[in-house]
Amino acid sequence: MIEKVLIVKYGEIAMRGNNRRLFVTKLVESIRRNIDSEGNFYVVREQGRLIVEDRGGEMDFDRIIPKVICVLGILGVCPGIKLTDQSMDNICKRALGHMQKFYGDKPTTFKVVTKRSNKQYPLLSNEVSAEVGGYILENMPNLTVDIHNPQETVFVELRNEAYIYSKFIKGFGGLPYGSSGKGVSLLSGGIDSPVATFMMAKRGVEVSGVYFHSPPYTSERAKQKVIDLAKIISQYTGGFKLYVVPFTELQLYLLENVPEDKLTIFLKRSMMRAAEKIAENEHAMALITGDSIGQVASQTMQGINAINAVCKMPVLRPLAGMDKQEIVDIARRIGTFDTSIQPYEDCCTIFVAKHPETKPKTSVIDKIEYKLTQLPDFLEKALENTEVIEL
Amino acid sequence: MVYFDNAASTRALPEVAEKFTQVLLSAYANPSSGSRLGMEAENIIKKSAQTLARLINAQSYEEIYFTSGGTESNNLAVFGTAKGYHRSGKHIITTQIEHPAITLPFKALEEDGYEVQFLPVDEKGYVNIDDLKNAIRSDTILVSIILINNEIGTVQDVESIGKAIKDANPNTIYHVDAVQAFGKYKIDVRKCNIDLLSASGHKFNAPKGLGMLYMKNRLKVKPIMYGGGQQKGQRPGTENAAGAAALALAAEESYKFLTESTKKVMEIKKYLAEGILNSIEDTFINGEEIDKASPYVLNMVFKNLRSPVLLNALEDKEIFASAGSACNSKKKVQSSVLGAIGTQEDDIVGSLRFSFTRFNTMEEADICLEALKELVPMLRRFHRKR
Repeated sequence: MIEKVLIVKYGEIAMRGNNRRLFVTKLVESIRRNIDSEGNFYVVREQGRLIVEDRGGEMDFDRIIPKVICVLGILGVCPGIKLTDQSMDNICKRALGHMQKFYGDKPTTFKVVTKRSNKQYPLLSNEVSAEVGGYILENMPNLTVDIHNPQETVFVELRNEAYIYSKFIKGFGGLPYGSSGKGVSLLSGGIDSPVATFMMAKRGVEVSGVYFHSPPYTSERAKQKVIDLAKIISQYTGGFKLYVVPFTELQLYLLENVPEDKLTIFLKRSMMRAAEKIAENEHAMALITGDSIGQVASQTMQGINAINAVCKMPVLRPLAGMDKQEIVDIARRIGTFDTSIQPYEDCCTIFVAKHPETKPKTSVIDKIEYKLTQLPDFLEKALENTEVIEL
Repeated sequence: MVYFDNAASTRALPEVAEKFTQVLLSAYANPSSGSRLGMEAENIIKKSAQTLARLINAQSYEEIYFTSGGTESNNLAVFGTAKGYHRSGKHIITTQIEHPAITLPFKALEEDGYEVQFLPVDEKGYVNIDDLKNAIRSDTILVSIILINNEIGTVQDVESIGKAIKDANPNTIYHVDAVQAFGKYKIDVRKCNIDLLSASGHKFNAPKGLGMLYMKNRLKVKPIMYGGGQQKGQRPGTENAAGAAALALAAEESYKFLTESTKKVMEIKKYLAEGILNSIEDTFINGEEIDKASPYVLNMVFKNLRSPVLLNALEDKEIFASAGSACNSKKKVQSSVLGAIGTQEDDIVGSLRFSFTRFNTMEEADICLEALKELVPMLRRFHRKR
């Protein structure tokens, strides 16, 4: 009996010695979470692979692949077939069927590669490859063999069962979500912060988001936009916790008490403090921001320095060295771009000065802030009234 | 809750909703089918068209076409006229204060080689009738005028305009965009020489997705969609009997109370406008004076404020208004209507539109006024020029 299966390849985590079991378990969990609602699926562990099987009937690749490919830690997936009958005759026929389905009468060069994990198998790898290749070639005149530089490679894997596949659909790679501890990400609703959040999630960091809401200066729609972005990220992470911190009063206090051109620096320092408090409660170990060096006034080296001075936790800035276009490309790939560019103002831009300070001195900022005696109270109040949204 | 955004959309009347459901559940056969059940639906549509025709003093119910709303009616009027009359000329005229459902079809025709003229308006939003008359040529096939402007409520003198057009060129087609006017303002298509008139259901307490186009008999307006030949082929697609019934009932209700509604709504508008002008500094009205513009629309500038901020703050108090026009609040573009009447850019940013129905009350106006008195000075304290 033939069964369509999805062969899931994971790269980096296969190498991680003792933690491998843990990582693979995480990966299986994540895949299951994404496809369980789609039908009766099994995820079978093979050596170095996961095999997704549809026990409810014939697998619909177009529907299932997108659900699996977005799981972090996966190198890529291969739509293929599983054979219980491992006779040479059967393998040849099924391999031909697979090729006819994918390549029809399109002129293509190919080769066959066999992996023989089942060392009991009567033929050697090369013998299997030659046999299968010969059979396909005989039956499909549009194909030619090219051992060195083939357009398509057909893989035959002989394990407990035999697997045949040729297409490889690339995933995001990285580590299984949640395998690297927790972080708290500052989400503004712009293009950068969702990308930064995704990049750390890709490295296995379990992320929560913090959004600073300043009604009436920022609208309900601006908040909804951040919730929508968090929802998109949650497709990769299988859930997302979003903290919404009311920041109006603190912001207005700053507006009345600090020099206009330095307002953003003070605002961002307060945001970092609030995020750090939330991170401590979450038992997180790092903050995450979407800063890209030199992109805006507060993201100069001096600006980052003055802002960073208030936190003890490490602040991860995965976009620090990236250009805007590179960030946009990722935002498009992960599907946050179109939501990010909706024109609702976020709390950082509403009172921004025409010519903000680009080279703030930390000592000067500290000195001014020392006089803002009510700032800690405003911060505490904001944190008390924080809303938590589970997505 | 205070809902002062009725120019954007209104709540359906309960009896209209009931009528809509009732027809959906009983006369569900295809009105074009020959069966008794189909005839029942057809009769409902015919009756509805008769009601609507009577309300605008059309000659016959056959001049009423049901559409999906104001946008479709306007598109059908503009593109249909262009397609039907392009042999007589390619010159078309409208104003600078039209809704995008007129402006953009005109611009699309411009790309197709039509000569398009957007007439300027004065600081109150009026078209100069002499200028219009002078602009009309022998090859002018269409003039489209918005009766009541959606953003500032200026009411054009459509009767004098109609006379001027027909004096200058009797063959020029005269379209009136009455989306904000139908149901709130007396319209006589024959007296005003109107050839085409657009209306939209959800502006006068009918459901969304329902509109009408009055099309005078014997016009050569071409359809913009093709299909099963319904509505004489001018607007094919299975007719919506429930929608037609709802539209007619809502319109009838509106006109039944027209005189008292106009009086009541004007009192509300006056109270709110004068209250704002008298108690909040640096405010003024965009466009025509309070009692000369439509009672249903009030557009005010709050200097040194940004309207989204004030709107959010009002929303927090369950008061709903809009910035300029609701249709462009999602884009970052500023109102072209306010630009056309010469409002300064800084003031456009601080413009709010309050729009009413006959179901609004003086108490609501009072709640809104008190909220504004409290919020405006507070928000201005933190206004920073950008």
